[in-house]
Amino acid sequence: MMIHHKPSSGAHIGVNKSVGQIMRSVVFALMPATLFGLACFGWPAIFLFIITVGSALLFEAFCLRLKGRAIRPVLDDGSALVTGWLLAMTLPPWAPWWIGVVGAGLAIILGKHVYGGLGQNLFNPAMLARVALLISFPVEMTTWANVSPLFFSQSPGLIESWQITFSGLTQLDAYTSATTLGRIKTEFSQNRLLPDILSDYSAVLNFIGWTRGSLGETSTVLMGLGGFWLIREKIIQWQIPLSLLATVALLATMFHWFDSDHYVSPFLHLNSGALLCVAFFIATDYVTSPNTPTGQCVFGVGCGLLIFVIRTWGAYPEGAGFAVLLMNSATPLIDHYIRPRIYGRDRKGKPLEIPK
Amino acid sequence: MLTGLTSTRIRGGVHAEERKANTAIQSIVTDFPLPKTLYIPLQQHVGKPAEPLIRVGEQVLKGQLLAYSQGMISAPVHAPSSGVILDVNDYPAPHPSALPIRMIVLATDGKEEWLKTPELGDPFQLKPEDISLRVGAAGIVGLGGATFPTAVKLNMGRENRIDTLIINGAECEPYLSCDDRQMQERSEQIIDGVRLMLHGMETHRAVVAIEDNKPHAFAAMSAAAAPFTEIEVIQIPTRYPMGWDRQMIRYVTGREVPVGCRSSEIGVTIHNVGTAYATHKAIRHGQALVSRVITVSGGAVARPMNVEVPLGTLITELFNFCEVDIQQTARIVMGGPMMGDSLPHANLPTVKATSGILALTSAELKSTDEQPCIRCASCVSVCPAGLRPLDMANRIRVNQLDAAVDIGLKDCISCGCCSYICPSNIPLVQYFKYASGEVAARQQAQHKSEQTKRLMEARQARLERIAQQQLEDEQARIAAKKARERLQAEQQESTA
Repeated sequence: MMIHHKPSSGAHIGVNKSVGQIMRSVVFALMPATLFGLACFGWPAIFLFIITVGSALLFEAFCLRLKGRAIRPVLDDGSALVTGWLLAMTLPPWAPWWIGVVGAGLAIILGKHVYGGLGQNLFNPAMLARVALLISFPVEMTTWANVSPLFFSQSPGLIESWQITFSGLTQLDAYTSATTLGRIKTEFSQNRLLPDILSDYSAVLNFIGWTRGSLGETSTVLMGLGGFWLIREKIIQWQIPLSLLATVALLATMFHWFDSDHYVSPFLHLNSGALLCVAFFIATDYVTSPNTPTGQCVFGVGCGLLIFVIRTWGAYPEGAGFAVLLMNSATPLIDHYIRPRIYGRDRKGKPLEIPK
Repeated sequence: MLTGLTSTRIRGGVHAEERKANTAIQSIVTDFPLPKTLYIPLQQHVGKPAEPLIRVGEQVLKGQLLAYSQGMISAPVHAPSSGVILDVNDYPAPHPSALPIRMIVLATDGKEEWLKTPELGDPFQLKPEDISLRVGAAGIVGLGGATFPTAVKLNMGRENRIDTLIINGAECEPYLSCDDRQMQERSEQIIDGVRLMLHGMETHRAVVAIEDNKPHAFAAMSAAAAPFTEIEVIQIPTRYPMGWDRQMIRYVTGREVPVGCRSSEIGVTIHNVGTAYATHKAIRHGQALVSRVITVSGGAVARPMNVEVPLGTLITELFNFCEVDIQQTARIVMGGPMMGDSLPHANLPTVKATSGILALTSAELKSTDEQPCIRCASCVSVCPAGLRPLDMANRIRVNQLDAAVDIGLKDCISCGCCSYICPSNIPLVQYFKYASGEVAARQQAQHKSEQTKRLMEARQARLERIAQQQLEDEQARIAAKKARERLQAEQQESTA
């Protein structure tokens, strides 16, 4: 309809913050946690990470090709990189290669381009892919490797790692176990109580990230630092992370106080890299979260509530993704009902009355 | 009093890089060489264009009335210098389109001979209505850029018995410093103008609001206002668009102007500092508005400055004087970089609204590489009017203009904050101006077709009525004829 080679209206000047720069900032904030995760889980994790991110970029290029758009400038905006990166971070570190490829395909094609590309999608692509994988391949998606850092003698070597990723190791059990949340769920079914189950839980190791979990989100401290940096750089707003974490903490405190044998303490909830990853990096996705500060608070509270419910009573202890997707679908509704008040008008849009 | 409420009283806005320093540190240049020819548009204000009352070839004096105001909202135009009228015709307007509008062309004679005006005694003995009349006759309009006729505003202020006159010294646009310099160098005249405005509106309180990035202007104005208890000079936070009248009214008085109302209806009127200075000149010296201070700045300007030029001076002459490198100039902007319009070339005259002329290099401009919206909502958080620019743009993009109007298109003030902040370089204000224009055009077209339909129907009815009338006349004639014939027959019968 309109082509603007040279806009005649202002603003003629502007901030130098492009989409590419925003995405690169997000990658930068994810970097410490990612590197730590790759170091913790060794070669299989590195293979999986490269495969996932690489296929996300390839799928993006493929979709752009189908659309007949120039590939290079769009890839440069970094949105496919961030999607692939976030997906890789949430995968079990020793998952087979095709999990990464299928996940990236789901995220980029189904999660993004089917809706019309960047900015048009209803659901967070990475979470959509992760949840689809979790439902479709529950075994692969809940096989959590023990911490087995690079260059340690007990860790798998390069050749063994190659086999883990590409041909599927049959003896995986020797290296794997459940995550803390998953184990609590299983042990509950055997009528054990929390103090007993958590006797070997180490808050410090969880804080650092020296624990079983997804590829890049085990470390509470590194995730938290990345998130705070994003807020400080004004890439994301504080509303969603704060309201999300506060809701989880509040609910956890209430239930823990009420029955500490069956409900884990708020500290255990908050001391989880995965929760911080969701709060700072997933739920704050611009495209799929509300526009207004109030709307963002509602969104954060909703996410927090659903996360707590799913983690506590749901069948998927690692199911924060479900919470985010459900709230994503509520975003248009939130934006419809929660809007800023227009100057000179009341909340309903009627002109203000002249004061007498 | 204000500090605790600051946050609730300022909404949205951006803090743009100021880039005022190189023009704000030097005095206003007043020795601009008089141009040989001046191009004076008949419409330099909001409202109806003025109507010329001179003839080509006529000799005029500086300050002489060239065109008189037409109707309720309009302003007259005066000769910016003495000389001969060369032409009254259409010439390119200082507008992005540069489409021709009616202008008076004046060949200056270099004598700068003022029209003699009778000495005026104490202006405070004048009736308030006379102040408005004189301000109106001097062709004064809002010099902040809105160019609303000042006399009309003074009258509205008086009729609505306003309690506060705000003098806008925010000058929140980057680059511009003409108001800053005027407040530093002409503070006493401005304060006198403010007192005259107060007298003209029969108001007893004025607040001069100056952004806190202009400490020198604040000091000068405070000193000049010190003897007058009715005038208060305050500092306000530096945050674009602080100079938006409604933002400033809310900040200074805590009142919000309802949509569709004039600010005087809630007891406040706001005038620019330059307008106050022009009022002083008009009342004290009988001088019409024939010149103004313009900031010439931008990366392509070798000698950036504030310069006082006669209205109608071509921008090319300003550029020559300020040594603008036209090769380096990527965009010429009239006004500030946030709200100003880009001009296609420099062969256009300066007008009453011209607060600045910027010659910007490509390095200074925002990228025009438009990318998809990522819904980051920066535009929502910076919008001072409380709109959702991204949603409006989405609707406009698919031509749902009515939907855009429903969510507030008409409340957009084109301040440019959304375009400024957008990481995807979407020219949002451009979208909104296009849509507003299109909506107005459609309404006009609809109105026109309704009018046409109404006229058609009226014509149809009239024709039918005439036909009916003719039919009745015909029938009456036939009946009369028959009656006459019968009468004749009867008479013949009786005579026979």
